[in-house]
Amino acid sequence: MKRIGKQTVRLSEGVTILSAASTVGPKEAEGPLGKYFDQKTEDSFFGEKSWELAESKFVEKNMRLAVQKANLKSEDIDYILCGDLLNQCTGSTFGIKNLDIPFFGLFGACSTMGESMSLGAMLIDGGFANHVLTGASSHFCAAEKQFRFPLPLGTQRPPTSTWTVTGDGAVVLARKGDGPKIVEITTGKIVDMGVADVNNMGAAMAPAAAALLKAHFEDTGRTPQDYDAIATGDLGTIGRELVVELLGKEGYLLDNRYTDCGIEIFDAEKQDTHAGGSGCACSAVTFCAYFYPKLLSGKIEKMLFIPTGALMSTTSSQQGQSIPGIAHGLVIEGCRKGAEEC
Amino acid sequence: MLIKAFVVGGLICVIGQLLIDKTKMMSARILVLYVCIGCILGGLGIYQKLEEFAGAGATVPLTGFGFRLAEGVKQEIDKIGFLGIFMGGIKAASAGITAAVFFAFLAALFAEPKEK
Amino acid sequence: MDTSKKGQQKYAEMVKKASPNSPVFGDCIKAFVSGGIICTIGQLLLDFYIGMELSEKNAAAWVSITLVGLSALLTALGIYEKLGKFCGAGTIVPITGFANSVVSPAIEFKKEGMVFGMAAKMFVVAGPVIVYGTLTSMLVGFVYYFVK
Repeated sequence: MKRIGKQTVRLSEGVTILSAASTVGPKEAEGPLGKYFDQKTEDSFFGEKSWELAESKFVEKNMRLAVQKANLKSEDIDYILCGDLLNQCTGSTFGIKNLDIPFFGLFGACSTMGESMSLGAMLIDGGFANHVLTGASSHFCAAEKQFRFPLPLGTQRPPTSTWTVTGDGAVVLARKGDGPKIVEITTGKIVDMGVADVNNMGAAMAPAAAALLKAHFEDTGRTPQDYDAIATGDLGTIGRELVVELLGKEGYLLDNRYTDCGIEIFDAEKQDTHAGGSGCACSAVTFCAYFYPKLLSGKIEKMLFIPTGALMSTTSSQQGQSIPGIAHGLVIEGCRKGAEEC
Repeated sequence: MLIKAFVVGGLICVIGQLLIDKTKMMSARILVLYVCIGCILGGLGIYQKLEEFAGAGATVPLTGFGFRLAEGVKQEIDKIGFLGIFMGGIKAASAGITAAVFFAFLAALFAEPKEK
Repeated sequence: MDTSKKGQQKYAEMVKKASPNSPVFGDCIKAFVSGGIICTIGQLLLDFYIGMELSEKNAAAWVSITLVGLSALLTALGIYEKLGKFCGAGTIVPITGFANSVVSPAIEFKKEGMVFGMAAKMFVVAGPVIVYGTLTSMLVGFVYYFVK
């Protein structure tokens, strides 16, 4: 039995993250993490006719890059697991339809990177695959068009709002090989604390992230201090503050080793992104471009990566329903400093 | 008159801003609210006074659009009776609506969606 | 996580404390000045058209048409969106805001075709204005018809 608690499983052998690739739009490239991304586009259309097709191109280009960085070919990949925010996940499906790899489509809203990495690692650990390609994408313009208003409409964004990241992040998971390893997975439950404000997603998702952290620490007997880095997906400044407060009440101290990908990816002041970045790509590209190299070099030896998602639709919001949140946790061990192999 | 238009028009916008900031009301709801309020005030004969006082300061905000609907309906009823209830409103607002459709069509022909 | 009513209320208070408010005073100043300027332009146009010996009613209609056209141009050029971010209600409440809310979806949804995209979505934001404006005008008409 690999289960070590109510929500946590320990993989019998760690699953290696063989490669990580990130492709982003111009705003992300201008941000504080700009220099870390693999591919950057000059405009959000990426040479396509529509925002939706542009998102699919981000997916295709980046998925191919991830495979290439792992020194593999697409026929070496047993499964591809990915998802996005667009209706029926067409951002993903149209992006990977030419890759010719068996596909499981996922929807976990902005937690999709965590969901895909969790399931991919389980597929490998279960002995069903040698290589799994997992990823997640989002596109600011396509998301605005679907969830909010047409872009040319002159509206003000409230200070609690977040900015959807344009891009795709993808990793190749492998049974064998050198690289950072996924060792444990804590799967989140849906938590709905009654927040209905679609302009305050961080507050809507924070309880799910806090519940996941608590479940993880209880299942493993660890504390936040056992990790070099803890990163939630796209809670932004307000959501992070709420998670710290909620966990404090449970007796766990989250200090400055805890950050949120939505805080890291944009400079809120200069880039006018208010509470921070959001979207499936937020945690995906931040992990691939920023945390993965640190795990590889041993700067981070053990991290808890927790993509977060808001599971609502425009219909549910218009019908006055509150926003259910979800979070998926992965424990990833980096390479030891100075170790020849890892 | 220019100063009066500036001040009255500005104040009507400030009320809208307070609604946005304090009640988190979406802009579409504000537009709806403004048209209805303007129409009712027009029906009650109050908005006419504001128009006389502030000119475009009263007619350019969307409350003025509602006011025009009320005026149109009343005039049409005076002219043709009951049927005016059905014909007056849109008729009075037709220039604004038709212009919006026409220019939106033109804009869509020539302009491409842009990122922010 | 305590998801009971009481727990949700407690959390709502935490959220309120953690969430910054909009800068109301600054926003209002911006709305006042920008909305005022648009109305002043409207007044200048009105005076101009009346000066061209149009009736007051026709001049007012020309003012609407001109402002709607200007707003459509600025929207198509991507300028109105930037103004809107700064001015808030100052550019939403005037008839230029109404025009912006008609033109925006027409441009944004043209990718879905000229019938089901551009035309069908044109009034996705401003449609309710026409619907409720019409209904309210009928209400006013009813009352006026029976009371006068």
